[in-house]
Amino acid sequence: MDLFEYQARDIFEKHGVPVLGGVVATTPQEAREGAEKLGGGTVVVKAQVKTGGRGKAGGVKLAHSPQEAEAKAAEILGMDIKGHTVHRVMIAAGAKIAEEYYFSILLDRANRNYLAMCSVEGGVEIEQLAVERPEALAKVAVDPLTGIDEAKAAEIVDAAGFADDVKGKVAETIQTLWTVFTNEDATLVEVNPLVKTEDGAIVALDGKVTLDENASEVRHPDHAELEDKAATDPLEAKAKANNLNYVKLDGEVGIIGNGAGLVMSTLDVVAYAGEKHGGVKPANFLDIGGGANAEVMANGLDVILGDEQVKAVFVNVFGGITACDEVAKGIVGALDLLGDHATKPLVVRLDGNNVDLGREILATRNHPLVTLADTMDGGADLAAAKAASPAA
Amino acid sequence: MSIYLNKDSKIIVQGITGGMGAKHTALMLDSGAQIVGGVNARKAGTTVQHKDHEGNDVTLPVFGTVKEAMAETGADVSVLFVPPAFTKDAAIEAIDAGMPLIVVITEGVPVQDSAEVFAYLQGKGTRMIGPNCPGIITPGESLAGITPHTITGKGPIGLVSKSGTLTYQMMYELKDFGFSTAIGIGGDPVIGTTHIDALEAFENDPETKAIVMIGEIGGDAEERAAAYIKEHVTKPVVGYVAGFTAPEGKTMGHAGAIVSGSAGTAAAKKEALEAVGVKVGKTPSETADLMREILRAL
Repeated sequence: MDLFEYQARDIFEKHGVPVLGGVVATTPQEAREGAEKLGGGTVVVKAQVKTGGRGKAGGVKLAHSPQEAEAKAAEILGMDIKGHTVHRVMIAAGAKIAEEYYFSILLDRANRNYLAMCSVEGGVEIEQLAVERPEALAKVAVDPLTGIDEAKAAEIVDAAGFADDVKGKVAETIQTLWTVFTNEDATLVEVNPLVKTEDGAIVALDGKVTLDENASEVRHPDHAELEDKAATDPLEAKAKANNLNYVKLDGEVGIIGNGAGLVMSTLDVVAYAGEKHGGVKPANFLDIGGGANAEVMANGLDVILGDEQVKAVFVNVFGGITACDEVAKGIVGALDLLGDHATKPLVVRLDGNNVDLGREILATRNHPLVTLADTMDGGADLAAAKAASPAA
Repeated sequence: MSIYLNKDSKIIVQGITGGMGAKHTALMLDSGAQIVGGVNARKAGTTVQHKDHEGNDVTLPVFGTVKEAMAETGADVSVLFVPPAFTKDAAIEAIDAGMPLIVVITEGVPVQDSAEVFAYLQGKGTRMIGPNCPGIITPGESLAGITPHTITGKGPIGLVSKSGTLTYQMMYELKDFGFSTAIGIGGDPVIGTTHIDALEAFENDPETKAIVMIGEIGGDAEERAAAYIKEHVTKPVVGYVAGFTAPEGKTMGHAGAIVSGSAGTAAAKKEALEAVGVKVGKTPSETADLMREILRAL
């Protein structure tokens, strides 16, 4: 889960990373109050969106008074930045910046450890710096067992080439950022820029934090509050409430399957089949997971049928832990519950664990909307055909 | 022959008394695997009852520690069905006991825990498969995990995949040939055994004549595997990548399955594999056809 800048700022503050005052606002009025709370002087009004390049898009503006902060917030709120609507701004205290640096710590998938990156040239697009002047970006591997201790922090600031007068303070801040990374179970903590102010203080001016959702589930119940509920699609929210792994897409063929890989593959196979049937596309990703019972299956079907765009549904299950008879029971149960409200054709392909029982349940019920398919390819083709023309 | 797991493998189950552990202990026994016991510190000294693949009663001892289980049974494989909050400690216990192979089935393990376990096992003689994986099956010999053992039998194909159900689908598509070993390495960002590890093992396994490699969006494991294949793999490899239609920025079920920016797309992975001579199928069935052609020509 990616956090907003203001959420990252709050987490930094909680762990003792030096930050400036910041208040989040969802209306111009709140923005003015925020600016007043910060002392009434110069502030920066910053669009809160989970994408880069907001400065260039006009999403960051200086305001010299609370009135001006209100006016700037009015301009920024509702703005569209790379497809993200701005629902919040952060009113940030102004700083007199002497130097800008860069620091991040992230999970390094390829090496299965962590990577610290640091530069004395901050405030720029770091991807660009990495390509154009790789020597200016220090990259230091971090052992997950030892982390960033005093020695590792010193190694990082040395590699980045910090001047002697700031080395100590920066190293200290880096160690604090490491505690953010581990204590919050992040996969990314980035500060850009990390600044030296004119009076010599080191401050994290802008932060980006990505949290590991597995860890949030296991040991950070408080992370649930950080979720951006406004941005969640209503169908995605409904699926999540039922513990279903669902992603809404733009298409006509509803997809239900078990296991992330098989569902992704099903989306592809349906998209290819759709090319032959008027260009229909998969409407969603929905993984009912391993060992799903009839209730889970019925909940999944309920979510999919709630998508108005869906014209036909393809259920593709290869039972490993999941038993095909449970899947069949879920389908029958959901259809019976919906009664006349069920109008969309379902193509069902079952294989694996208890497949004979599952097929038998569907054959016995013989619901007019349900067609059994023998293969994944055949089922995808039929579902695409039915989505293109429900009479097919 | 096979890789990592064979008929002589002696398997214990960490979490043998839990719901998942009990269910899959029964299925593993049914496959003919040698399950020799389990571990649960709170139920040490008790036993669990199961049937073997011939229907005979089997009484399995439950030990308090992995170390004890190994000493008493000679186990050389441990399968972990332990809740995600306790997986790290259970894995470290097995590593400390000197377990040669641990197969972590558990889904939802915090990624920093996986990174710590992986760092911890360096130089200690333990291989980890997973987490969040279906495990490993050597058809007709043994099963350490949750792959259905009835899909197909022994054969010349080695299979490595991030995804469990796609493993089953591909085994089903190629059930006319069968498999030497099929290994599901898991879809998490940090895993113990990679595509490259499995490719190396299959290359060295005389029984494996050809390899199916299944990837999916996210990360660059497939690209790195392609580079490895070019340098080190002489056996024919057929590839499949799931997620061509996945949109950017949306995680598709597996924590690792996300297209971020220009990186991690299925198209890029397909291209990297084809550039080193790996034939890549558009669908599982097409991938199976490519493999069939290769096997018939051998």
